Amino acid sequence: MRASAMTTELLQFTFSGLTVGAVYASVALGFTLIYNASHVVNLAQGEFVMLGAMSTVFLAAAGLPLPVAMILAVLISMVAGLALHRFAIAPARGADPIALIIITIGASIFLRGLAQIVFDKRFHSLPPWFGAEPIVIGGAAVLPQSLVVLAGMLVVLVGLWLFMTRTLFGRAILAASNNPMAATLVGINVPVIVAATFLISSLLGAVVGILVTPITLTSYDAGTILALKGFAAVMLGGIGNPPGAVLGGLLLGLAESFGAGLISSQYKDAIAFVILLAVLLLRPRGLLGGAALERV
Amino acid sequence: MLNRMLRSRYLPAFLMLAAMLALPYVLPSTYYLRVASMVFVFALAAMGLNLLLGLAGQVSLGHAGFMGVGAYAVAIGPTHLGVPAIPSALAGVALSCLLAYLMGRPILKLKGYYLAVATLGCGLLISMVLTNEAQWTGGPDGMGVPRLVLFDAPVRGVQTWYYVCGVALVIGMVLAINLTFSPTGRALRAIRDSEVAARVVGIDVARQKLFVFVLSAAYAAVAGSLLAFVNGHITPDSTSGFLRSIELITMVVLGGTGAVLGPVAGAAILVILPQALTVFHDYEHMILGLVMMACMIALRQGLVPALTARFRERTA
Repeated sequence: MRASAMTTELLQFTFSGLTVGAVYASVALGFTLIYNASHVVNLAQGEFVMLGAMSTVFLAAAGLPLPVAMILAVLISMVAGLALHRFAIAPARGADPIALIIITIGASIFLRGLAQIVFDKRFHSLPPWFGAEPIVIGGAAVLPQSLVVLAGMLVVLVGLWLFMTRTLFGRAILAASNNPMAATLVGINVPVIVAATFLISSLLGAVVGILVTPITLTSYDAGTILALKGFAAVMLGGIGNPPGAVLGGLLLGLAESFGAGLISSQYKDAIAFVILLAVLLLRPRGLLGGAALERV
Repeated sequence: MLNRMLRSRYLPAFLMLAAMLALPYVLPSTYYLRVASMVFVFALAAMGLNLLLGLAGQVSLGHAGFMGVGAYAVAIGPTHLGVPAIPSALAGVALSCLLAYLMGRPILKLKGYYLAVATLGCGLLISMVLTNEAQWTGGPDGMGVPRLVLFDAPVRGVQTWYYVCGVALVIGMVLAINLTFSPTGRALRAIRDSEVAARVVGIDVARQKLFVFVLSAAYAAVAGSLLAFVNGHITPDSTSGFLRSIELITMVVLGGTGAVLGPVAGAAILVILPQALTVFHDYEHMILGLVMMACMIALRQGLVPALTARFRERTA
């Protein structure tokens, strides 16, 4: 009996961990896309999630039907992503990596300030898609919206994978990420590719932001902590590796959920970071990172 | 005499000393002296970080954690343990160095973004302990800092702390300059330029990195203690939070890595700008973000190196 209560609890932690992990994974995936194409670590990635969620809330409040609000919100976030590339990243081409990081932090502060004026400083939520009644799976109570988040994540992953491997444009992105010089030589317009990765990343962020808001709520400053966790997830998986980013995000979410449930909810972030540190000490380039090679 | 001073490697420290002595005669009220004290405090912390980033090329996104240790030492020591403030501050610096040593040994092997996220994690852990151990630290609301008492006389007054912070900054600067021109400084520069080459010429890379990491933690802890004294009240976020760490690294990069006056310029911008922008009320964050982006796009090497380069061009 006690053993089964234990399994139920573990199952519960697994579901909540996967839900949070899916959000981290999508932020981490956005990071990875941009990093691969341009070697920019975009700490404004979390703001796309916030923009998607907050725009949906306010467009819906203005009287638009929810689906229309969602689509418009995704477009708003994509405009922000494109503007970030056009006005902040592209003019700074060739700057130090650390200078680029500061620029994206500046962009994140700017977007947060903008959201605080255009929207407000309160917490907001969206109605869950299929009600708030938990479904019982193996004794664990799961919110239907959690399943929506996970399903949405799966759709996005498969869609992105198909886009990257089956379309000419997607393969151009892969080529430019692998070797920008060679890609330029075969006629790929690399600056356009880089702009496209900002578009895709902001789309990813906005979609997951909209999906998860019924569970986690949102506010103008929700992006910062997500960027932090997404960055940690990227490093956990190994930078530049898309499957690693997804794996890192899910593991980070699970670590937090199990840490909070089994050890201490106050220190759940600490537990996640201790695990990250431990992994980095054993594998200095992340779980799926390659061997440490350095050209001299 | 003047000529020798102008060519001296200590010129930035002279300039800083002169500015510190002159400012009280120019600034119209004690409010500005308080802001100047904050500039000095953050410049000191950023200067330590500049040794790590500008000199040795190692990044830390968790440096505010060490500031937090220094700040809470002078608050917890007198309040809970009955230890006077000065020994508490020294204990804070020692503890900060010890933490930096223990953390630095394993994580300084990491490179680039991996080092960034590992230091970020360490800073977060310190900040989380300060937030959660409420019986000692007062939790997220923070705690008051007892007034410093020296020889039975309480140290008070904005002006006093202004000079204390200023002198601390000048001393920190002289030490930083000495280090830059010492054999250790050369070794650290070699590590920044190429770790492999440094190892080949016989530099103990791990040891030198650990040394400069511990030293920069000491700078941050001293700055943290001063911050606590000047403010009189501290919270985990205002001393050790993630945004503070980001602010410190931004000060270094904005001012210009490698230049001794760089951290001072960066700290001046990031401390004074938010104060000045409060007149714009809700728009302050937007403007702050815009200024940060514009500075980094227009002046890639940072403010001080860009300005000195322009100055040299004109005089040459």
